[in-house]
Amino acid sequence: MGIINLIKISITALLRNKGRAFLTMLGIIIGIASVIVMVSLGQSSTQNVRSELSSMGSNMIMIMPERQMRGGVDVGSGNSLTQKDLKSLQNTKYVRYVSPSVSSQAQLVFGSKNHSGSLQGVSPDYLEIRKYGMASGIMFTDEHVRSNAKVCVIGQTIVDELFGSGADPIGKSIRCGRVPLKVIGVLESKGQNQMGQDQDDIVLVPYTTIQTRFAGNKNRNNFNMIFASATSEEESELAATEITYILRNNHNIKEGDEDDFDIRTQQELLSTISSITEVLTLLLSAIASISLIVGGIGIMNIMYVTVTERTREIGLRMAIGAKQRDVMLQFLSESVILSLIGGIIGIFFGLIIAYVASKFMNLPYVVSQSAIGISFLVCAATGVFFGWYPARKAANMDPISALRYE
Amino acid sequence: MENQEVIQIRDLHRDFQVGSETVHALNGINLKIFQGEFVSIMGTSGSGKSTLLNILGCLDTPTSGEYIIHGTSVSTLNKNQLSELRNRRIGFVFQNYNLLPRTSALDNVQLPLMYNPDISSKERKERALHALEAVKLADRIHHQPNQLSGGQQQRVAIARAIVNDPVILLADEATGNLDTRTSYEIMTLFQELHSKGKTIAFVTHEPDIATFTTRTVKLRDGKIILDENITQQSAATALAEYEKNMKHDQI
Repeated sequence: MGIINLIKISITALLRNKGRAFLTMLGIIIGIASVIVMVSLGQSSTQNVRSELSSMGSNMIMIMPERQMRGGVDVGSGNSLTQKDLKSLQNTKYVRYVSPSVSSQAQLVFGSKNHSGSLQGVSPDYLEIRKYGMASGIMFTDEHVRSNAKVCVIGQTIVDELFGSGADPIGKSIRCGRVPLKVIGVLESKGQNQMGQDQDDIVLVPYTTIQTRFAGNKNRNNFNMIFASATSEEESELAATEITYILRNNHNIKEGDEDDFDIRTQQELLSTISSITEVLTLLLSAIASISLIVGGIGIMNIMYVTVTERTREIGLRMAIGAKQRDVMLQFLSESVILSLIGGIIGIFFGLIIAYVASKFMNLPYVVSQSAIGISFLVCAATGVFFGWYPARKAANMDPISALRYE
Repeated sequence: MENQEVIQIRDLHRDFQVGSETVHALNGINLKIFQGEFVSIMGTSGSGKSTLLNILGCLDTPTSGEYIIHGTSVSTLNKNQLSELRNRRIGFVFQNYNLLPRTSALDNVQLPLMYNPDISSKERKERALHALEAVKLADRIHHQPNQLSGGQQQRVAIARAIVNDPVILLADEATGNLDTRTSYEIMTLFQELHSKGKTIAFVTHEPDIATFTTRTVKLRDGKIILDENITQQSAATALAEYEKNMKHDQI
């Protein structure tokens, strides 16, 4: 029997009992829909985390000095990152941008307004590394850095606090302690990061300005941190290795001794968070797939009843020339068609529920093609697996007694 | 053509094991059915006529002896080959019609051809329409079994049996569920098919129905006790007479 005839025969048989066919499919529909919802929500929360991290710069690398302990005694004060390190990091293969960071707490004053904030001394590359954009004005340049210029670039929160929202602060001077800083640019607003920190409460100044005008002598040549950016997200780890090599070399660290600095890539953070959400997604999908199995058993149950109920039909089909294989395939394809149609409806409902839920939970809506593909295959497999036993029962019937079955 | 053997049975036995006892359902049957014959197989229940029919229809195989249908010896065939043989060379008509419920007459008649991959869907439909015309149901092709009378359902079943152009048509108590008038109508149809050259084996326990055939084979205890050619009565005439009597009774 040709495949088209087979499908035609199965579909006509199913259509003869629409209500029952639908109820049988219900189990599969619920099972597939819940798997789709779980996978979809899991992926959208992963994507949510990923997009927030990449808004901070997904190929960002942070280098921090580490307090040195020898025999349990603190001997270093964490001043290991120097101008020399910065210079050598600027000539590397996998690092594209480098910016040192020194910070200083300061009371910012403009006219009668006050704001307590911190100044961050960085180089122009910082913008690229942290993925800040300019809303107005310009970023300070390397020339400003060389000349310890008294300029600053401020975030939106500072503008609102000191100048009032909507005001244009460019060209005006903020007083920080005794030092006036001329505002030459305003950063685009970034909002809060996922830790709830306001990323717009920021004042960027050339790092040399901090070193010479705000910090004590001891900090002249050292940095609190160095921010770097790898050439690409994938090359973050290579860049980290490269940086480690260079810094160890610069700091004359002997083989076997521990680093006097600490390197963190966004990739590490990302993979930690991703692995947590992946485990959760897997767990929830596993629970959801139990309902899929129950749905499959529902199909087996109904197919079994159907085979008994249609004994005479099976006998007749055999009498007029259906081979055992034909009967087997007919019932098998009935259960596969049932579970596939159930699967399609389930995928459809699952996507709708996932859409509504993601809107409700403020997550991006992700359509997981792999989840849809796998669900579809699982449906077909469920149909074959749970349809096989009833189908074999049908195929093994004796046509003579089947014909006389009452 | 007239004398070609469609069915040839030699010393056929069919035993059943019931508990520890062996039942000889068929006990040395010798039978030949020729092309164009209309044979009635008669006997009381337990005489072995159903077993014989199952074997004639290739639903069952003999314990011993030889059964040759249209030149093919059945005992050497496996299950799949038997299915194919039934599909191409045999037409079944059952007492309870055995039509698929909620399926149109046309689809019911097409069913045997669905299991023959050599036949296109176009040819299948044409042949089914042709068969339905032959049983005078051309105007009922889209009706489902529950919309048809018993006689009409049996006509659909006969159309289904002849759609594959079988070498022999096997009827198992085909009039058993029908009233006298409808039985005569169905027998008229069988006689028509016979006159067009069909070979028919008709199992019945009603002597009245057997008179419409050309030859009677009587079984008892698994053996043939009588095999004779008879003078065929016309079912059409019987039907006309029956209707005349009915009218007479009403008056």
